Amino acid sequence: MPTTTRPAASCGEGATRTGATKAEKHIPLALEIDSIFHSFGTRKALDNVSFSLAPSQHLVLLGLNGAGKTTLFSLITRLYDNVSGSIQVFGHDVRCRPQQALRHLGVVFQQRTLDLDLSIMQNLVYHGALHGIPPARARRRAEEELERFGLAARTGEKVRKLSGGQMRRVEIARALLHRPRLLLLDEPTVGLDIDSRQSIVDHVQRLCRDQRLAVLWATHLIDEVLPQSHVIVLHRGRVLADGPRDQVVDETGASDIRETFLRLTRDDDGDGGAVDGDRAA
Amino acid sequence: MSDAVAIQDPRPLGPVAYLLCLRGIVWRETLRFLHQRARFLAALVRPLVWLFIFAAGFRAVLGVSITPPYETYVLYEVYITPGLVAMVQLFNGMQTSLSMVYDREMGSMRTLLISPFPRGFLLSSKLLAGVVISLLQVYVFLAIAWFWDVQPPLIGYIAVLPALVLSGMMLGALGMLLSSAIKQLENFAGIMNFVIFPMFFASSALYPLWRMNETIPLLYQICVLNPFSYAVELIRFALYGQISWLALVVVAGCTAVFLGAAVLAYSPSRGLIARRGGPGGGV
Repeated sequence: MPTTTRPAASCGEGATRTGATKAEKHIPLALEIDSIFHSFGTRKALDNVSFSLAPSQHLVLLGLNGAGKTTLFSLITRLYDNVSGSIQVFGHDVRCRPQQALRHLGVVFQQRTLDLDLSIMQNLVYHGALHGIPPARARRRAEEELERFGLAARTGEKVRKLSGGQMRRVEIARALLHRPRLLLLDEPTVGLDIDSRQSIVDHVQRLCRDQRLAVLWATHLIDEVLPQSHVIVLHRGRVLADGPRDQVVDETGASDIRETFLRLTRDDDGDGGAVDGDRAA
Repeated sequence: MSDAVAIQDPRPLGPVAYLLCLRGIVWRETLRFLHQRARFLAALVRPLVWLFIFAAGFRAVLGVSITPPYETYVLYEVYITPGLVAMVQLFNGMQTSLSMVYDREMGSMRTLLISPFPRGFLLSSKLLAGVVISLLQVYVFLAIAWFWDVQPPLIGYIAVLPALVLSGMMLGALGMLLSSAIKQLENFAGIMNFVIFPMFFASSALYPLWRMNETIPLLYQICVLNPFSYAVELIRFALYGQISWLALVVVAGCTAVFLGAAVLAYSPSRGLIARRGGPGGGV
């Protein structure tokens, strides 16, 4: 179906969405992505992407490497601007009101972004400063978050000494330090062993449930789709499926989410959908 | 209702929050610097080699006549000390930009840029953090130079502080602008050859410009157009409790231009990062 690019809205009155009804005004979506296109030169990275995420919803953005997941994360976090469509975080347009939008966001990037030569606590206090949090309060919150991950006793240790799984946990604790309402995780379990992966999946699931945190979890690992997850399948920059896990499986006539993913991402030229055993555990 | 709570925006970031952010960025850069002892040593040894060896050798062949801000004949060591101070800042500015390219490749630039503070403020804070580190290096260097008979008046050590902040900002902003244009860490070696050395040698750091004008007028013109010359002169005059207004205006103007261009280069909509695929790349 041919699609047309809708230019990004100008930043004015509509930059903060206030619903028409009282009910809408009180329950904004955690994330609302509407008609996003993005290209690097002639290569289309995102092609008319639209979806939304409700508060306390667990959404898994499923896509192979190169599907456009990281580009989408870069646009949501305003590392660069969307030139078309709109992205709203709790009703704030990220292009027009980045300050308000970014304060609601906690982000764990695909790359490790901790200072290896600083201690765990120093890394977290630095993050607190980047959100205007005084050091004493940042330390208190860091201790609370690290306690949950079983890392409270190691706050003085240099990050370099931690395992990959522990570093990831510190990054998640850091992303939660400023109390965001929406947590973005870009392939957070890549390179981790099975136990570490499971522990991180379980922890984020608990956060989503207990703290009513909205979670956008980008991955290419099928087994990270939870029974209650909302699933978006992104392939070559396009959304191919959007719905609760079981509904998406039913719609494709597949037996499970793995088969759904394989069917959707299998290209005519046969190079897509090559999900190996490890990925499609 | 928790949904109602969820949409309550946090309080706007006030001046205290801005100060906390600035302090945090300076603190982090200082900690990182103190961990890199080799960098500190290299930053110190470089100007000292120039002072102890190069200047000592040239002292015999070069005589520096009385020229402001000096009120008497000065030794060559005394003459080149402000130039070496500026060199410390030049290297530090480029080192800061090198660390920004590294941060971008490693992804830690992302954590800085997703802070809710305005991007111009974040980059200026990062710049100021680099300047603070250069101040540590400069004062240690000046302390050692004191024992080598480079002894400006005591008031000069205080008067030079604002000059150092300004010149450090200019050189740091230049480095930041360059860092936005460098795609990979390996390309940084080019900066050494094409920026640091020409800037340093084609300036008033090592020789008074009037002498250059007598011998090679073209090189003199290049030196006059080189903003680094003005950073050197700003520091030289300040170290003797004086102000070179021309140098002050040029350095302040260049700082504004370089910083403005760097902020633009890191802007999400217009910058080089957006065209290239973001800091750290990826799809």
